[in-house]
Amino acid sequence: MGLWDRLKTGLQKAKTLLQTDVRDLFKAGEILTEDKLEEFYARLIRTDMGVPAATAIRDELKEKHLGRTLVLDDVWKTIKDKLRSLLKGGEGTLWDPNQPLSPLKFAAQKPTVILVAGVNGVGKTTSIAKLANLLKKSGKKVVLAAGDTFRAAAVEQLTLWSQRLGCEIVTKPAGSDPASVAHAGCTKALESGADVLIIDTAGRIQTQTNLMKQLEKIHRVITSQIPEAPHEVLLVLDATTGQNGVSQAQHFSQVVRCTGLILAKLDGTAKGGIVLAIRQMMSLPVKYVGLGEKIDDLDVFDPDSFVEALFSD
Amino acid sequence: MFEGITKGLQGALSFFNRGKLTEHNMQDGLRAVQQALLEADVSYQVARTFVQKIEEEAAGTKILESLNPEQQIVGIVHQQLVNLMGPVDHSLNIRRGEITIIMMCGLQGSGKTTTCGKLATMLKAEGRRCMLVAADLQRPGAVDQLKILGEQIGLPVYSEAQPTTALKVCANALAAAKRSQDVSVLILDTAGRLHVDQALMNELEEIDRKLQPHQVLLVCDSMTGQDAVNSAKAFNDALELNGVILTKLDGDARGGAALSIRSVTGVPIKFIGVGEQLEKLEKFHPERMAGRILGMGDVVSLFEKAQEQFDAEQMEAQRQKMLKGKFTLVDFKEQMKGIRKMGSISDIMKMIPGMGQMMPASGELDGAEDEMRKIEGIIDSMTPRERENPDLIDNSRRRRIAKGSACEPHDVNKLLKQFKDMAGLMQQMAGKSKMEQFRMFQQMGQSGMLNPDAQLQAAKMRSKRGPEDFRAEAEKKKKQRKDAKKQRKKNRK
Repeated sequence: MGLWDRLKTGLQKAKTLLQTDVRDLFKAGEILTEDKLEEFYARLIRTDMGVPAATAIRDELKEKHLGRTLVLDDVWKTIKDKLRSLLKGGEGTLWDPNQPLSPLKFAAQKPTVILVAGVNGVGKTTSIAKLANLLKKSGKKVVLAAGDTFRAAAVEQLTLWSQRLGCEIVTKPAGSDPASVAHAGCTKALESGADVLIIDTAGRIQTQTNLMKQLEKIHRVITSQIPEAPHEVLLVLDATTGQNGVSQAQHFSQVVRCTGLILAKLDGTAKGGIVLAIRQMMSLPVKYVGLGEKIDDLDVFDPDSFVEALFSD
Repeated sequence: MFEGITKGLQGALSFFNRGKLTEHNMQDGLRAVQQALLEADVSYQVARTFVQKIEEEAAGTKILESLNPEQQIVGIVHQQLVNLMGPVDHSLNIRRGEITIIMMCGLQGSGKTTTCGKLATMLKAEGRRCMLVAADLQRPGAVDQLKILGEQIGLPVYSEAQPTTALKVCANALAAAKRSQDVSVLILDTAGRLHVDQALMNELEEIDRKLQPHQVLLVCDSMTGQDAVNSAKAFNDALELNGVILTKLDGDARGGAALSIRSVTGVPIKFIGVGEQLEKLEKFHPERMAGRILGMGDVVSLFEKAQEQFDAEQMEAQRQKMLKGKFTLVDFKEQMKGIRKMGSISDIMKMIPGMGQMMPASGELDGAEDEMRKIEGIIDSMTPRERENPDLIDNSRRRRIAKGSACEPHDVNKLLKQFKDMAGLMQQMAGKSKMEQFRMFQQMGQSGMLNPDAQLQAAKMRSKRGPEDFRAEAEKKKKQRKDAKKQRKKNRK
């Protein structure tokens, strides 16, 4: 299981809490009442999964078990199945946890371009470093483009990572147009025959129109240079984010058509339930999860393990 | 469901507007309030208690008999929101004669380093001499970031080339600050950490013990969900926080975290971060926050901003000029500069009561700012005489001005027309009280005058009367006719 074990320990506290709570709540042999359901609903809300998803699960339980004698295993099965179906959505997005690169769509012709975006402070740069590390380990040649020219020392941060990883990096002085960095990155990747180009962008709040237009421009510049690129647009989401995550996913997708999420900082007590709401609203799948500050702390998202990690012993 | 908490609660409360308030539909309404709060990321427990309190307060007969239940409920919800988030204390307890130490802490990516810069900028404006301490040894580039911020603000930054531990860096920084004798406030920028990371939390506790900071501030992302309660509680247990700074409030986050943190930890929220620039740190006001949540606008805040930016004397001089009808293009430009200094147009609009809802989807107003810049350019391209007396501007002058400001002659024309309208209005405004002026300003906004391209976007304006009113009006007239007929009959007898 590797990293998922670590995720499990990370979630341990939350999970045992949830479990003991739920065990206390649903005692075998009792009859399921509205009050019990409401209490369970409160637990669901606490995972940040949002009102619609929590309501869906509650309603499912209501339909199947309300007024009946509780059989714990059946209740568990209903909850788990509902969660899994919410996470998997319509199309099959199952990745092999043992193949760290399986969630990514690679271009037929080198280079594959990955654009990374998100609001301020969610962990974009760190996630890029982790992703680059994953790619490098699989024998890919990676070029980074330090597109965050706004925040003080963001370029230095990525440069330090590139030195540690030993991959090439394209930078421009602070304050220059991030689209030009993306352009230079594409040129560099084409010249050096790199397999993957990862473009960092500055953090931006999704309602800032001007900054969102800037992101659109970056996207346009990339496409004009390498047709069909960027092949992956990954939105980084902080696991502690509440319902605003949906707004983030929507606004960013409108501008750059996100292809997936990276759920960062899942090693705290936050449960990242917001991905359920996002998956439900707009079928944007989670591709990777960040589980710590170390370079290896990134793993492929696996819906089954996610649900298991939340509920299993 | 994607709008901010403002719309959520307003939607929930419009429930009460339908017919009379009864025991039954109040339950529905309160359920809607609770759901709105949950969607705003208010912690479940807090939302629950909140709704129960309202239920208690509203349960009396007073509300059931009242003529306007919605207003009363709004009043109660507002008051409860204020109670939950207040009272507030903005002081940082800066000591005299000794160095005040402020320690910042928080989760990763909550905005500590940026907030350090903002806090230092604010204290510098108050005349304090700050020193920033780069004690974030975890994240690559964090030290550089603080150094650059220090350069931008013009403040010393203490950092070590080969730092050993964060504690040592802080202790050395304090010694250095004492030596320099020119530092009154020391701001410690610590590394972001998870509240469950025992090793790192111990490190913080150790710094807290050894340096005994006068203020420990938790920096918290306003987008945080249900977990806000857990982390704030853990930090408070470990460090005894003096205050909270809520960041990233310039987005559309509903900011339920503010409610939760305050009610669970009891620590006051001192400041809020509302943008990426260094001066975008504001004092936290529960009344305003509650008002904003309920969509009641934030006029006080707007006045404060206006007062800061407009020099009082200059305003008076302009008023005198307006009174005499001598409002020139130069004044026009000055005013526009003043408005722009207050923040983006959409920021300002949001603070005006009633405007929040009518504000076009975010962004449409950003164009207005470009327009203002363009207008400034046009005025800059005029000669002083032309600015004093715009009537001088003929075809050839117009072409010259357009060329000088890289726009079309018709843009110059448009500006002159706008200016004339504005000058007329200014004359009307002069001599009126501030509040009246403000009301006029609001009307201007509602009629679309603040938006230069309003003519293109504005939907066709019909009579202000809605269909219901029409029916009522017709009904009334019918009755009048009937009564008149009866009266005539009576008279004839």
